[in-house]
Order: sequence, then C-alpha cells, then structure tokens
Amino acid sequence: MSLSTLTKPWEAMSYGFLDGSAKRELRRKMLKSVAVPGCQMPYASREVPMARGWGTGGLQVSLTLVNPQTRVKVIDQGADDSVNAASIRRFIARVAGTPTTMDTLEADLIQSRHRIPEEVLRDDQVLVLQVPNPEPLRPVQPNMSIARQMHADADYGRMWLQLYEQIVRSGRVMQGASYPSLVHGRHVMTPSPIPRWDVPKLHMAKHLTILSAGREKRIFAVPPYTRVEPLVFSDVPYKVEDHGNLTCTRSGTTGFFMNEIPQDDSSSAFEVSDSEWGVKTIRAREGEGESRGETWYKDGEMPQ
Amino acid sequence: MTLTLDAPRIVETRPLLEVKAVSKSYGPVQAVRNVSAHAYPGEVLGIVGESGSGKSTLLRMMNLEEIPETGSYTLDLPDVSGNLFELDRFARRMLCATKIGIVYQNPHLGLLMKHSSSGNVAERLLVAGERSFATLRQAATEALDASEFPLDRLDAPPIELSGGMQQRVQLAKAIALEPALLLLDEPTTGLDVSVQALVLDTLKRLQQDRQITMVIVSHDLGVIRTLADRVMVMRRGEVVETGLADQIFQDPQHPYTQQLVHAKL
Amino acid sequence: MTQVLEIDRLTKGFSLHHLEKDIAAFEDISFSVAAGEFVLLKGANGAGKSTLLRTLYRSYLPLSGEIRFHSSHGMIDLARAADVDVAHLRRTEIGFVTQFLTARPRVSAEAIVAEPLRLAGWEHEAALKTARKALETFGVKPDLWAAYPTTFSGGEQQKVNLARALILPQKLLMLDEPTASLDANARRALVARLQELKDQGTAMIGVFHHPDDVIHLIDRVVDLTPDAAPQEDRDDVAL
Repeated sequence: MSLSTLTKPWEAMSYGFLDGSAKRELRRKMLKSVAVPGCQMPYASREVPMARGWGTGGLQVSLTLVNPQTRVKVIDQGADDSVNAASIRRFIARVAGTPTTMDTLEADLIQSRHRIPEEVLRDDQVLVLQVPNPEPLRPVQPNMSIARQMHADADYGRMWLQLYEQIVRSGRVMQGASYPSLVHGRHVMTPSPIPRWDVPKLHMAKHLTILSAGREKRIFAVPPYTRVEPLVFSDVPYKVEDHGNLTCTRSGTTGFFMNEIPQDDSSSAFEVSDSEWGVKTIRAREGEGESRGETWYKDGEMPQ
Repeated sequence: MTLTLDAPRIVETRPLLEVKAVSKSYGPVQAVRNVSAHAYPGEVLGIVGESGSGKSTLLRMMNLEEIPETGSYTLDLPDVSGNLFELDRFARRMLCATKIGIVYQNPHLGLLMKHSSSGNVAERLLVAGERSFATLRQAATEALDASEFPLDRLDAPPIELSGGMQQRVQLAKAIALEPALLLLDEPTTGLDVSVQALVLDTLKRLQQDRQITMVIVSHDLGVIRTLADRVMVMRRGEVVETGLADQIFQDPQHPYTQQLVHAKL
Repeated sequence: MTQVLEIDRLTKGFSLHHLEKDIAAFEDISFSVAAGEFVLLKGANGAGKSTLLRTLYRSYLPLSGEIRFHSSHGMIDLARAADVDVAHLRRTEIGFVTQFLTARPRVSAEAIVAEPLRLAGWEHEAALKTARKALETFGVKPDLWAAYPTTFSGGEQQKVNLARALILPQKLLMLDEPTASLDANARRALVARLQELKDQGTAMIGVFHHPDDVIHLIDRVVDLTPDAAPQEDRDDVAL
C-alpha cells in the first residue's frame, strides 16, 4: 500500500469552488427561503478566499447557482468595473468556467452590492444581493433570540416606533439605505443597503432575488411576483431619493439614481450610479446603436 | 368569630376579572398558593402585603407575564373567552396590548428610556395596528395629557425625566388604548412623598373619569387606602383577608392584618 | 310606617390578637327605624354609639345578629351582604356623615361636592350646579367654590363635607357628630337640610354631642348604655 493507492490524483478544486455538501445545503436553504418569503434562514456559511464582509454570502449563492452556461454580471454600488466587482466576477469565471457580461439584459445571474440595476429584470434572471446585516430588528432589539421571536409573532411595533421617532426628531423618515420592508405581508426584511430608490423595484418583480449574509450566516429571498412594501405611515408617503431630475455629467442620461461627485467649488456633479446604463447611453449617443432595455423608472418616476 | 358573607344579591353584573385558585412556585419556593381574586367593573382592588407575599407575582399573572401551574383567569369582555392562561403567545400579546394596561414600579420595565415619551405611548397603538402618524401623535398627546404630563415635554425621552414624570408616561402608555383593566405594581414607591400624592391624585381622577377597573399592588397602606374600594391582604403566597377598604383598615380581623394596620397607624 | 332598617340582636366586639384580648362593644342591640324617622343614639362615652353606626355602615363587621335593610332591591342583611353589594348600597342608598372631610389635593370644593352625583350618573354641568347650590346653603363663599379645600380651615372643610354628604337624598343616613366645629349659621343650614331629607323620607340614625342642635328632628332615642331600657320616648330625654 502506498500513498498513491490511497489518494486520488490531484485536481484543481471542486466545480464552483464549494464542495458538494456545501452547495447542497445552500440549495436547500434557498428553497426554504423562497418558500417563506422574507424569512431569514440560517446556513453554515463556508470559507471562501475572500474576507467576511466583502460579499462572501452573495458569492456562495452565486457559486452554488452557476453552471458553465450561466452568464454572470457582478456590480458593486452599480459599477461593473470596481475592484471588488471585477475580482468576484473573475473568481466565479475561473472556478466555474462561466461566461461573464456587464450588460444587465444579457446576464443570467447578477450578484450585486447595494444596488439593483436600472433595467427591468426578467423572470429568467436571478439577482443575488450581498447583505452585511440581515436583521432589520437589530437596531430596536439587540437580543437576536428575542428578535427571532418577534419575527415569529410578526411583532413589528418597535420597527414602526423607530420610524415614528425619526419623524418626531427630524421631521421626516431618516432611514436611507436598508429601508425595512414587509415581504408578502408577513416578514419584515432589510432589502440590504440598497437606496430607497431601488426598493420599489422589488415589489411584484418578475425576477427572483436572493439575499445572503456570509458573516451573519443568514439567507432570505423575494420570490418572483411577491409584494415588497416599505414600512410607511398611511399619512406619510414613502419617498425615494430626489434624483428624478438629475442629469449624469458623463452620459447625459436623466432620471436615474446618481452618484454625487463633490467639486472643488463645493458644488456637486452627478454620475449615473448604474455604470453600464451610462455606457449604453453614451454608445447610443455616439451612434453605436440602441442597446438599452426597458427601465423601472420612466422620466424619473416609478410608475405605480 | 365573624359572620360568613353571602354571595352578591343586588349587584348582578359579573366580575370583570376573575382569577381562580392559582398556584405558582419557583423551585422550592411557593410564591402563590391557591389564590383567588376578582374585581367588578369600575372597582379598584388593592392587594397589600410585605415583599415576598406573592402580590406582585399575582399581578404579573393578571398581565399574563407569568403563567401559574394551576388555576384559571377570565376577563368578562366582548371577544375574550376561556381561561386566558391557555392563550398562545400571539393571542396573549394582542390581549395585553388592547385590553390590559400596566404601570410598573420600575419605569425601565415599562418604557424605552431613550425613545421619546410620545413614542412610548404610540408604541401601544402601533402594536394594535394603528398606521397613521397623525392619529398616533394625537392619541399619544391625549393620553399624556390625561395623565397630566406636561405637553411641552412630549418628545423628551423618559431618561431625561423625573421619577414622577416617568410614571406618568407609563400611565399614559397604559391607558392609551382605553384598557378595560389597569394593573398598577407599586406605582408610587420610590417617589418623593409630594410627587407620590400627585401621581395618586392623577390615578384617582382617571379612575373616576373613565371608570377603569384597577388592581393596585402595594406594600404602602396609604396608597391602598387612597385608591382601593376593596382590599385583599396577602402573606406568604396566600390571601389572609379580604374586605371593603374601610373595613380592612378600621376593623381588621386577621392577626397579620391587625399588625400591618397598627404598624402603619 | 314603612320600615327601612331592622336591627336584630346585633353584637359587636373586637379581638386584638397582639394583646390576646377580646373587647366587647355592644351586645344584643335591637331596634328599627322607619322612613322619615330620626333616631338619636344615646349612651355614655364608650357605650358604642359610633361603633354601632360604623357597624351598620359595615366599616365594622358584626359578630352576630342581623341588620335587615329594606333596599330598593328588596330586603338585604347588611351583616352578611357581599362587599360589592354593600359598596353599591353606599353609592346609592346609604349615606354616612362624619365630622371629617377627606379632601384630596387639586380637587375643587365644588367637584368634591358634585362627586356623589357624578357617581350616581348625573351629567357634569347639572351636578356642578347642584353642588354650588349646596355649598351656598351651607354658607361657603362663592369665591371658595373653585378652590381646593385642602387649604380650608376646619370649619369651612366641615361645610364642604356636609354639602357633599347630604347632596344626594338617601334612604338611610348615618350621622356621626356632624355638628362639631360648626358655626351657628352652618348648623342652622344643616338642620334645615336634615329636615328636608327627613320630609322626603330619609331614615336617620345620629350621634350628637349636643343633641339640642337637632332637638326638633328627634323622633326616638335609643340608649346604648348597658342595662338601659332599649327604647325611650322622645319626651323622656333629659336635655
């Protein structure tokens, strides 16, 4: 008996980096989370060659869902070309042999940090959102055991109280990103730190959204055609960021979520946050043909 | 020996609250032993006894915070039926939020100390499903006003308020949904005597204006004497005597009650 | 005459447990009171006059005997009536007048006087109006009506107390030395009001230090001094 008879020949790694049992667990937890929309499912978040907090939750979901034909798009704050997005995209392609794209319309799977693309997603697309803190009750209930019981009881009075307090103290709801939202009329979830602008895109969306927190080991989902309603008082309407009439200084597009670029003269310039939308707009302007799809917002307004 | 009293003959309404034969022990300590209590609509029931007599445990049972090993609890209200100790957690929470108000001795138990006072009151309505900001604001203001809380401090967090004011916020929170039953656990203990008198006065006034059924627990006979119509004396987990408040104070029967009343006077 | 109250072999004593001592107050008292009748309780100090009043009011629990009260709900034995029934009767049919006012901070004189009416279901404004009239009758100056009696002198407090205790016509009224510390005018007002209630059919049992205050009201005297004849005629009272 020798070492070579006891071991298999060396292979590069499992397909998609994660071993079979890890992927099986993730698949099961994803199914569970689709079955109970907005409810957080615990999972054994595995080690990936990336630090916790950099999108490990989203990455594990992406690695589990891809096959060699899945076209993958990765964005970070709307940009395909940031270091983090590029690294994750390259890693998935390398361990799973997937084709990649920057075009929202072409992608089968989109992993994103803090944004939902401006173009409408279809029912054959999956959006994977990276979540730093999956527990919307954490600000009002630091004890996670009690928080879970509150979810079980749909005891969300404290969440509303938080909004009440913001209006009392500041005259308006101060919650910017991670706006707590009621999913399917039952569970309150944090939609990950996407801006208020993006939350209505989740409501009755055609696509499946999976939200995964690697450090906190929680996964939850918004299945297609599911109600996602931001918590609002009946007499204080939900307001998205006031970006509807801003124009991108680089592409000239108007009516989308913008990044604010402070200028030397203390004024601000704006650039469209969805970088690929900006690229497509510039291409169209320069006569390279129209490649832009339908958008959620029309003329800076979300149609009801 | 005194006479045994008859069952009520003139008053035909059923008691609003009825606790029957409850017992509860913590390990080897029997906190409450086979205790029964009732309160008629609009009546103020006072429960006196030294610490460890089981009076607070009994009150917590009435607030469904504590479930006894044996015994039953009923409230004679529309949409409320059966032994309330058997309710599931969800039904229990809704019942407590809408039908029962409580004021604790320690405001930390009843209040979010860093939220606004009005928010503390509004939370009750939020739990019950109110979703209009204007309605919440108005209801909170009205409840605080009824508790004689200064309205210019509406949004001050309880942590910045005096003890008496904190009790008023608790009281406002307790009455915000116009509960059928108000439970008071040593509501004025630890307050300055002058502040104590004012809080008691507010309670008395509320009771008369709204005819709320109250159960008040205190070791302070003065508090009980000021508020209660009927008094129940507890000792070591058991009821030793019940009677009309003036009778308990003027003609106590049980040796323990006599000792308690004479110690006070 | 319609009987309002029949007291039958009523006995009261106190057991002081810490002294291991039983103290007798009165024994085997029997008498009855009819509607519109005024009975004066007489007896030496310690004969149990006040104790009897309090026992009838059920502030004290009797040891034995019966207190048959003919309420509007039928006959009920106050010695054995349930607490809740006694409380109900005190609100509606049985009054007790003492010489002490239990004033509460920040409650105006007129509100205190109006309280029994409010508890009996009167409308707020009507109750206040009647209360003010009662205060006027007893000689409380109008500028004091809205003030808090906690700061009043003893005499003024007593006027408020009487106005409150006598505002609601009741079937049975117990009077425990209500004339103490009253000035002549207020005493006159009190006697007038008692006469009014008596004419309306209120049965009264009273203890007075100076019975000559109410001499014209007295129909009968009951002497509680042990071994005294249980009933005497009004003419026999040595005044």
